[in-house]
Amino acid sequence: MSAPGNPPAQRTSATTDSEQQNGATKAAGITAGRYIGQRTPRKEDPRLLTGRGQFVDDISLPGMLHIAFARSPIARGAIVSINIEVARDVPGVHAIYTQEDLASFKVDMISFFLVSPDIKTTPLADGRVAYVGEPVAMVIADNRYIAEDAASLVEVEYAEEDPVVSIGDARTGPIVHPGTEDNIASQMGEEEIEEELAAALKSAPHLITHKVVHQRISQSPMETRGVVVTREGAQELTLYITCQSPHLVARWVSLALGLPQTAIRVIAKDVGGGFGLKNHPWKEETAVILAALLFDRPLKWIEDRYENLTASCQAREQEMVLQVAFDNDGRLLASHGDYSVNNGAFPQLSESNIAVHMFLWAAHKMPAYGFLTRGWYSNTPGYAAYRGPWGMETLIRETALDVAARRIGIDPIEIRRRNLLRLEDQPTESCMQVQLEDITPAECLDKLLANFDVAEFRTEQEAQRKEKRYLGLGIATYIEPTGGAGSIPTMTGELAQVRIEPTGKVTATMSTHSQGHGTATTMAQIFADRLGVSYEDVTVFEGDSSRGGFSPGAAGSRQGVIAGGAAIMAADLLAARVKQLAAHVMDVTPELITMDDGMLRVEGNAEKSRSLAEIANIAYGEPDRLPAGFESGLEAQYRYQPPPMTFSSAANACIVEVDAGTGFVKILRWISSEDCGTAINPSVVEGQISGGLAQAIGMVLMEKVGFDERGNPTAATYKDYHLPAISDIPDFEFLHASTPSQSVGGMRGVGEGGAIIGVPTLVNAIADALVPFGEVPVELPLTPTKLLSVIEGRDLGEKPAGEQPVIAASQPVRVEVTPAVITTDESTAARIDGDWNMALSTPMGAQEMTGHFETSGEALSGYLSSPEGQMAFTGTVTGNKLQFDLRVVKPMKITLKYNLEVNGDRIAGKCKMGIMGSMKVSGQRAP
Amino acid sequence: MSTHNIEMTINGRRHTGAVEARVSLADFLRDGAGYTGVHLGCEHGVCGACTVIVDGRAVRSCLMLAVQADSSTITTVEGLAAPDGTLHTVQQTMMDEHGLQCGFCTPGIVMTMAALTAGGKKPTEAQLLGALSGHLCRCTGYQGIRRAAQRLTATDSREIRGGEE
Ligand code: FES
Ligand code: FES
Repeated sequence: MSAPGNPPAQRTSATTDSEQQNGATKAAGITAGRYIGQRTPRKEDPRLLTGRGQFVDDISLPGMLHIAFARSPIARGAIVSINIEVARDVPGVHAIYTQEDLASFKVDMISFFLVSPDIKTTPLADGRVAYVGEPVAMVIADNRYIAEDAASLVEVEYAEEDPVVSIGDARTGPIVHPGTEDNIASQMGEEEIEEELAAALKSAPHLITHKVVHQRISQSPMETRGVVVTREGAQELTLYITCQSPHLVARWVSLALGLPQTAIRVIAKDVGGGFGLKNHPWKEETAVILAALLFDRPLKWIEDRYENLTASCQAREQEMVLQVAFDNDGRLLASHGDYSVNNGAFPQLSESNIAVHMFLWAAHKMPAYGFLTRGWYSNTPGYAAYRGPWGMETLIRETALDVAARRIGIDPIEIRRRNLLRLEDQPTESCMQVQLEDITPAECLDKLLANFDVAEFRTEQEAQRKEKRYLGLGIATYIEPTGGAGSIPTMTGELAQVRIEPTGKVTATMSTHSQGHGTATTMAQIFADRLGVSYEDVTVFEGDSSRGGFSPGAAGSRQGVIAGGAAIMAADLLAARVKQLAAHVMDVTPELITMDDGMLRVEGNAEKSRSLAEIANIAYGEPDRLPAGFESGLEAQYRYQPPPMTFSSAANACIVEVDAGTGFVKILRWISSEDCGTAINPSVVEGQISGGLAQAIGMVLMEKVGFDERGNPTAATYKDYHLPAISDIPDFEFLHASTPSQSVGGMRGVGEGGAIIGVPTLVNAIADALVPFGEVPVELPLTPTKLLSVIEGRDLGEKPAGEQPVIAASQPVRVEVTPAVITTDESTAARIDGDWNMALSTPMGAQEMTGHFETSGEALSGYLSSPEGQMAFTGTVTGNKLQFDLRVVKPMKITLKYNLEVNGDRIAGKCKMGIMGSMKVSGQRAP
Repeated sequence: MSTHNIEMTINGRRHTGAVEARVSLADFLRDGAGYTGVHLGCEHGVCGACTVIVDGRAVRSCLMLAVQADSSTITTVEGLAAPDGTLHTVQQTMMDEHGLQCGFCTPGIVMTMAALTAGGKKPTEAQLLGALSGHLCRCTGYQGIRRAAQRLTATDSREIRGGEE
């Protein structure tokens, strides 16, 4: 059957390169556009295609030994004893370490935001284990074979306890981390829907309540985690590590271990994919670093796939219920979201994913939105990022819009058109105060529909249904915050350093980092373009913390936007210097000099010209010929600070056929219409989108990290964890819009979008195909079994692990939470007055502060002090309850409303922060 | 653990080694012979990254023991390009079609394509894509890999987008 919509023969014409390139040229203000906007071959490819890449496992150092971990076979319990004697005796074993051996190091397992964890996190298990696979001991041996032999001989006795596996378990089950009050890792928003919003929802003509359950995902880069650590002298440390930014890893290790950053060099030349898993070291990598310091030999640990699938950090497991109110025309009136994400035991960040709520309705005319958002601890591997971590917002919105369209009886495209912001509606501010100036999801949708005949598809769909063939069309739009800089300490600008060597060739040093992004290619395109040299004559060095300046590398779809801007600015500074010198040498004014093909020519005087190499030779070697005050050499650097945020937009469509006999989904066609501003290299752009879309298809149809009721992983190999293969992924067709962004060069980020928008696009197509059978519950992955249950009208009754009766452990040990001591017969002043150490749980991690309270009858006064300063307040006391407001102006004007309660030596409560909702406050009396 | 003396020809050069029986061919090629272009993505035969050509056939070197490869002739991705550096047709096609991003899966994919097109053979698109369905790539969404495969097959009649457009 041919793909409906329009004939396949026309498919490739959907790509409108010339249009795209014109856009790029205009955006960057470049007249030539010789390289920017072109599909230049990649600089990285020759070495990678010939096996000459340098991945971490390719590093071998003299005297290097190998590590294997002994890991917990249970999800929750106390370690009763560890016996390493038998393992220690295996020939070829050099040492075995447990947390006790590493305890002399003070390690602060900070987050990507450089914030200390809310719960005690150690490299190896410290007295208790909290997930299956948690590293308990590490073996140092001659080779990995021997290390694994010995690791299997480490004898650990556990007192097993019933685990908390799912979000449902976390709500009601035992406490994951003894000493905490509940399993909430992070919380924001309001527990009760505010009255006004509740009324708006209730009184609306149409109210949709839509639930989405997203499975847990393994980031699964094809290169697993790994590190080689070597100590160079007393202080210095060199790390070869597969990561997303050598600079961020150097900063992280320096802060986490309390070592001077000058002593740490991090090298990561080639990296086999990151996708959020490799932002910074975690338990195992940190343990290896400490072991190398202790044992004083180069050490290597390469995670195997079994470890990667079962014990690495994981992502996504989340549930959300969205209420959306519409008027009779399908226009949005109000909405509320209740979101939960499983943080596992030791998340890289206590995450409640506020971004889901920030961006959920940012591109829509939505009058009012409220939310409750929570992250939950459980006895599973910790949470880490995965491409588009906040993607639930697009998934739940786009699937809810389709459900609403069916319910209200309007076209799914029409419901989007009525509610999406268009360019002419901007600048504006969303209901969550997101500033919007130039987003184009509606325009991307227009473009998509201009290239795809929906009416023709609907006719064919109708005809096919009569033949009992079920075709479906899914459409989705979205915007994506990219290139963010300035709101988080680690999300910075980018530095570009570029020089014209005495040979006339161009070398640049960048802090970009490619895990497949091809930044050495795209940055070289920019330098070649702006300096008028051939692409072959430009080399970009990256992947080493000793080169360039700080940047978080690949995180938040930022490199094209920010590093691209830095490269343009640095190149332009250098070009100005070259022109100044050339003008001086040729005795003309700089405005007359043109740079092209490695030559400097004088406009209107064809006779006069110099090669770049000649000018460079003078710049470096003949100081007498330089203009007065001209610094010798031809070098420039620029650190570019972009606008705080740059948005990308897209609309996607896909067509599927669902086999009613087997429940299998076949993707027949997929069109991506996106606006990423200037595309430096359309092949790189399409590569990023395609990779993300394939990951989206994996999430919708097949991938799943599962656990049994004891918290044992049920997908331990690629036989059980299904990554999409070439046969699962269709040809993607591309339409590029190119609305230049406000950043230098006009680029918009494109790293994560495919993984975000692809998910609802495919879910919507499947739901559309199965309309004759009823609604498809959005519980990912939509396996053939689940779809058959819809087709056959059966309730599958498949319950997540947490809802099944938990089989009791052999020796269950309950961890009792000590109840707070409540004393009632003290005076108010004695109970409350004095200093309190408190922590405010924010999305950036806990913020420590001291509170000073003084009471006088019902009047309260005092101050809060934090590293940012001290602020006084007045308020009221009622019994044990304190109430006060604080007006702050940074980072935004907002009134913080505190509601706290004192119980003995503990204090707890909430701080309401305007639209951000409430955040937890907890603390105790200062000693 | 017993040790065995083995000998093989790798990329045209003779290699000898003494290995334990349990050492995989992949580990021997990487650690013993220095061919680190042989990548290990799963070590259980699913991802295909470790594929090398053993006596003319594409083989997953993580699933073969080094001792089983005694006396065989092996080509790894390092042995494909001409001595002067000219890329093998498969490598060049993959480059032209933007068939790789991080490059970790690439050696295996290239070796499978090379084995199936060796000696000027032109497999059908279905044959080549069928073989490639045994390779996992997390980066590319397979778009460039499929275009490269189509260019290497007998029925290359489709319009191809990309580098050489
Ligand atoms: S490493 Fe051999 S198939 Fe994956
Ligand atoms: S290019 Fe990265 S896994 Fe294929």
